[in-house]
Amino acid sequence: MIADIDLKDLRSIISVVKDTHGFDFSEYAISSFKRRIIRIFEIFNFNSTEELILKIKTDKVFYEKFLKEVTVNTTEMFRDPSFWRYLKDKVIPSLAKNTNIRIWHAACSSGEEVYSMAILLKELGVYDKAIIHASDINEDVIDVAKNGVYYLRNMEVNQNNYQRFEGKGKLDDYYKVEGDKVRFDAGLLKNVNFRTFDLVQGTPFSKFDLILCRNVLIYFNLELQDRVVAMFSTCIYTGGNLAIGSKETISWCKSAKAYHVESLEEKVYKKIAE
Amino acid sequence: MYTHTVDRKFKAVVIGGSAGSFPLVVDILAGLPKNFPLPVLLCLHRLKHIRHGFVEALNIKSNIQVIEPEDKESIKPGKAYLAPSNYHMFVEIGNTCALSTEDMVKFSRPSIDLTFDTASYVYRNYMIGIMLSGANTDGAEGFQKAHQRGAFTIVQNPEEATIKTMPEGALKLVKPDLVLDIADIVKFLQQLTK
Repeated sequence: MIADIDLKDLRSIISVVKDTHGFDFSEYAISSFKRRIIRIFEIFNFNSTEELILKIKTDKVFYEKFLKEVTVNTTEMFRDPSFWRYLKDKVIPSLAKNTNIRIWHAACSSGEEVYSMAILLKELGVYDKAIIHASDINEDVIDVAKNGVYYLRNMEVNQNNYQRFEGKGKLDDYYKVEGDKVRFDAGLLKNVNFRTFDLVQGTPFSKFDLILCRNVLIYFNLELQDRVVAMFSTCIYTGGNLAIGSKETISWCKSAKAYHVESLEEKVYKKIAE
Repeated sequence: MYTHTVDRKFKAVVIGGSAGSFPLVVDILAGLPKNFPLPVLLCLHRLKHIRHGFVEALNIKSNIQVIEPEDKESIKPGKAYLAPSNYHMFVEIGNTCALSTEDMVKFSRPSIDLTFDTASYVYRNYMIGIMLSGANTDGAEGFQKAHQRGAFTIVQNPEEATIKTMPEGALKLVKPDLVLDIADIVKFLQQLTK
C-alpha cells in the first residue's frame, strides 16, 4: 500500500478524464475508486498526480488500460450458483413463454456471465429464442468476452459454481483446453451482440425482458445508482426482470415502486408499472 | 479490575479476525451492553459460497443486533455490521458501508486490510481497531494504516490467541495502544458506555 491520495487530487484526475475522454467518474463510490487509483499509481509507477494526469491527457493506449484498472472487472461464471438456479427454475421458463427473450448484460466485463447465460439457455432448450446484448465501458474486456479465451487456472472456481448450479452436464462440455488456456465454444455467442456502453451517460438502445447488472451499482454513489436504475426502468418491458448483486438493493431508488421484489434472496425484481 | 482512561469520543469499533476468532467475537458481542453507543464493524474471514448462518450464529448471544449490510447502508450506533461472504466491506465517506467484489487481497474477500484501511480513512483517531486471532497475514497492513492515522489500536494477546499469526503480524508492524486478553477487551469496550 502506498501513501494516501487526497480527495483534491482524486477530483483533479476525475475532471481531466471527463474533459479529455468524456467519461464521468465523479459519482463513483469514493472508497473503492480511491483504492483503484492508488493501484494505478503502483502498477504504472507514477510518482505524482501530475504525471498520471499528463499520461491520461496524451496517451490514448494508456487511457484504455487506465479505464480497465479503474473499473472493477472481477467476475466468475455462475457466480452465486443459487442465483443462476433461480434463473433456470423461475425467471427464464416464465420469459420463455414469449416468442423471444431479450436480455441485456449491462456491464459484461470479460464475459463470464454472458457464457453462463448462454449455457443456461442452451440447457433449457430456449437459446434460439434469445436475443442477447452485452455491453461494457471498456473495449479491452469486451474483446476478451468476444474471444472466449480464459486461463485454465480460473476454471476451477467456475466448475465448482457450475456444479452448485446443478447444470445438465459438465462445464468442460463447453470449452477446449489450449495449453494453459481454455476456449469456449463460439456457438454460444451466436445470438450475442457486444457493444461499448457507459452506464453513467449512455441512453437506452433497445427494450428488454431481463437486465443483469450484478455487482456494478456498488461502485456508484446513491445518486448515480438511482439514475442508472431509472434508465433501466425505461428499457425493461412491464413484466420483465432486473437482477442485481446479492448485497445490492434498489430499495432506496426513486423508481423502486415500479418494481415488485420477486426474490429478495437473489435480488431479482419484476417491473410491474411504467 | 481492568481500567483504561479513554481520552476521546470514539465513532466506531472495527474488529478483524479469522481462524479461531468466531468464539471471541461471540464473547465480545455478548459482553457489550444493550445500549452500546458505537457501531461495531466486523471483518472476519469466512467461506465464500456459504452466505447464511454466520450472522444468525452471532446474533444468538449478541446484545446488539448484528446484520450483514447491503451496499451503502448507513452505519448506526449500537449495531454490528458483518462483512458479507465474498464481498469486501469498506467504510464510505458519509458513514455508510460500501461493498466491493474487487480482487481478493492476500487470498481474502472480505479483506481485513481493506476494512481497516477504509474505516480509518473516514474515522481517523476516532476509531478503535481490534485485531484478533487468525492464521493469515491479511489485516496487519490495514491495521498499521489505522494506527498511522491515529486510531486507538488493540491487539489480542498472542499468548491467548488460538492462532497467533494475525496478532503477531500486527505487533510486528505496530506498537498498539493495548495488548489485551479477550476478557479485558470486553471490559475496555464496556467502559465506553459510561
